[in-house]
Amino acid sequence: MGDVNDMAGTTSRGTVTIETERCKGCELCIPACPPDVLSMSTEVNEIGFRYPELRPGCTGCSACLLVCPDFVFEVYRYETPQQYEVTP
Amino acid sequence: MSDILPTSAPPSVPAKKIAGFKPDLLMKENHNLCPGCGEPVALRKLLEAIEAVGAQERTIGVIGIGCYTSFGSGIDVDLVQALHGRAPSVATGVKRMRPETLVFTLQGDGDMVNEGLQEVIHTAARGESVTCVLLNNGVFGETGGHMTATTVLGQRTKNSLEGRDAGYHGYPILIGDLLAQLEGTAYAARGSVHDAASVMATGRMLRRALETQEKGLGFSFVEVLTMCPTGWFIPTAEGPDYLDKVMGSVHTVGELKRKAHD
Amino acid sequence: MTRRLMEGSEAMAEAAIAAGCRFFAGYPMTPFTELLEGFAKRLPESGGACINAESELEAVGMAWGAVATGARAATGSTGQGLSLMQESFSEITRAELPLVIFNMARGQGDYYQSTRGGGHGDYRHIVLAPADAQEAVELTQLAFDLADRWRNPVLIYGDYLIAHANESVDITPRTYPPLPPKDWAVDGTLGGSGESRTVNPLGVDKKSLGIDPEGLWNRLQEKHERIECEEVRVETGFTEDAELVVVAFGSVGRFVRHVVREMRADGLKVGFVRPITLWPFPSEAVAAAAHAAGRVAVLEQNAGQMIDDVRLAVLGAAPVVAIGGISTDRSGFGVGDLLNPAAVRGRIEGALSTGGNFR
Repeated sequence: MGDVNDMAGTTSRGTVTIETERCKGCELCIPACPPDVLSMSTEVNEIGFRYPELRPGCTGCSACLLVCPDFVFEVYRYETPQQYEVTP
Repeated sequence: MSDILPTSAPPSVPAKKIAGFKPDLLMKENHNLCPGCGEPVALRKLLEAIEAVGAQERTIGVIGIGCYTSFGSGIDVDLVQALHGRAPSVATGVKRMRPETLVFTLQGDGDMVNEGLQEVIHTAARGESVTCVLLNNGVFGETGGHMTATTVLGQRTKNSLEGRDAGYHGYPILIGDLLAQLEGTAYAARGSVHDAASVMATGRMLRRALETQEKGLGFSFVEVLTMCPTGWFIPTAEGPDYLDKVMGSVHTVGELKRKAHD
Repeated sequence: MTRRLMEGSEAMAEAAIAAGCRFFAGYPMTPFTELLEGFAKRLPESGGACINAESELEAVGMAWGAVATGARAATGSTGQGLSLMQESFSEITRAELPLVIFNMARGQGDYYQSTRGGGHGDYRHIVLAPADAQEAVELTQLAFDLADRWRNPVLIYGDYLIAHANESVDITPRTYPPLPPKDWAVDGTLGGSGESRTVNPLGVDKKSLGIDPEGLWNRLQEKHERIECEEVRVETGFTEDAELVVVAFGSVGRFVRHVVREMRADGLKVGFVRPITLWPFPSEAVAAAAHAAGRVAVLEQNAGQMIDDVRLAVLGAAPVVAIGGISTDRSGFGVGDLLNPAAVRGRIEGALSTGGNFR
């Protein structure tokens, strides 16, 4: 598990824009994310829902967008993969 | 968590947009459907399929009555709002007068399988060149979770509190299988939106159904199993698993008929 | 002008097609069946379609879809079949769609259904009641014009006699003033432009925020008030010096007109009012005739329905008596003993001598 997280945690091939104010907090995107880089916020948005947040490791696969009922995600793939320092 | 990335704006370094928030044929992202609802997910794939076959400037949709009806003001193709159950007949009149258009209906299980069962059966039997899309969640979502003709045995609803009992409430109708038997049906499939792979597969089914209509092969039908956590009385996060295990074990996902296609 | 001897149903179907009707859907039912046969025979060769719907519910749904595309379209049945269609009629009226509806009725018991609306909510149909095949042809053509002009359903109230009698008719298409363009109709072309159309009974377009039922009701109400002012049609005869005026519609009105003429020839001072539009009802003509004559009799083939509108028109200024009644043949489809000149004359003479209620 540590190996996978290290790999995913340091390189992002893609990213997402998250329209957090539209999110209704259903959490369907969390298990849908293959690299497991989405988690729910502790804060809530204006309509009272927690929303997804992105950590390094996104592949730009669009799975979150596909399962999202509220059109919260926009998906990008980087021309050059981005490297991140990850807090252990 | 210090490793949370900024996601409030598009990336500042060079990146290619893979997919936008909403499909192009939806005019606004906001809607008032419940958290965890599967219907907007299916709608995205339907609208993308219309664009994929290049029919956005010659499509007419006929919308039934259910939660999805509220999308009527947001879908950017010509629409006719029908009564509960009657969309396949209305679509028949539309297609006969405008054979050059791509005509689809959007109905729920209460609309299509309860109220208007005979309409969709006869439309299929006539081989009417329209595509009927069923959003099947096994309950009347809009009224708050009541039993429909597709509710599976044992499923608890507001008017089958101890679970649907075959002896008391009868058996669910597997509408996709029923329609697939009819000679006029050229394409029938049952998809699901409980995970990303299912959503992708459903998108392919919708596209094949529209292509079936474009080729004039006959009636085409796609049933999409959708989550209704509100009407199922479960947490939203449990919706996909419930759909897969409880509904999906009865309404089996897959292509049911593909006549003279390709 | 060329006249041909034709069965009423066939003539009405041909008249509809001559008026541009390109879609019909129906379900067989006596005495409507021959109208469906007429459309089934003639529409395909005119580039249209006639669908043998699997139920009346489906027939009206198909016609709904066809009119939504801007095509001229119609459906029909007997009053029994129209009972099944009422939910759609109500919504089609709210969607402001120009549907033409044929009721080839079993008698005149569908007056309430036609004029009050058997469906939910407040709505009105223009109701045209021909007295014979020639008038049925003319009103069929007029129906399509009125429907488009007002964006409102128009119902033609026929019956067994009009449907099945062979009469000499002229089906030459009539011309009417230009109509507004059907820019509301769906053709699919505006998809993806942000300006795509929606045909719906909620009174909303795609830019609307939510629905506005009260606004829609008020708009329809205003339209219906204008129709009431502008579209009344009525035939009157001998009302200037009549001592009794007889109100009757449809085939019954034709018998009354004949009998009144006979009675006039015999020196009896009777007159008649024959509403051609059952809605809007010719209240002014009825009131004027009632004021002049002082006595009104209503001869209708039912237990007393139009008499309500007659009484509302007269507003107590003259006694209004019912001299009609239910009258059918043994099948229940056709006309009964009341529809012969001697019987009609007997009823009118009875009202003339006693003023009594003969029901």
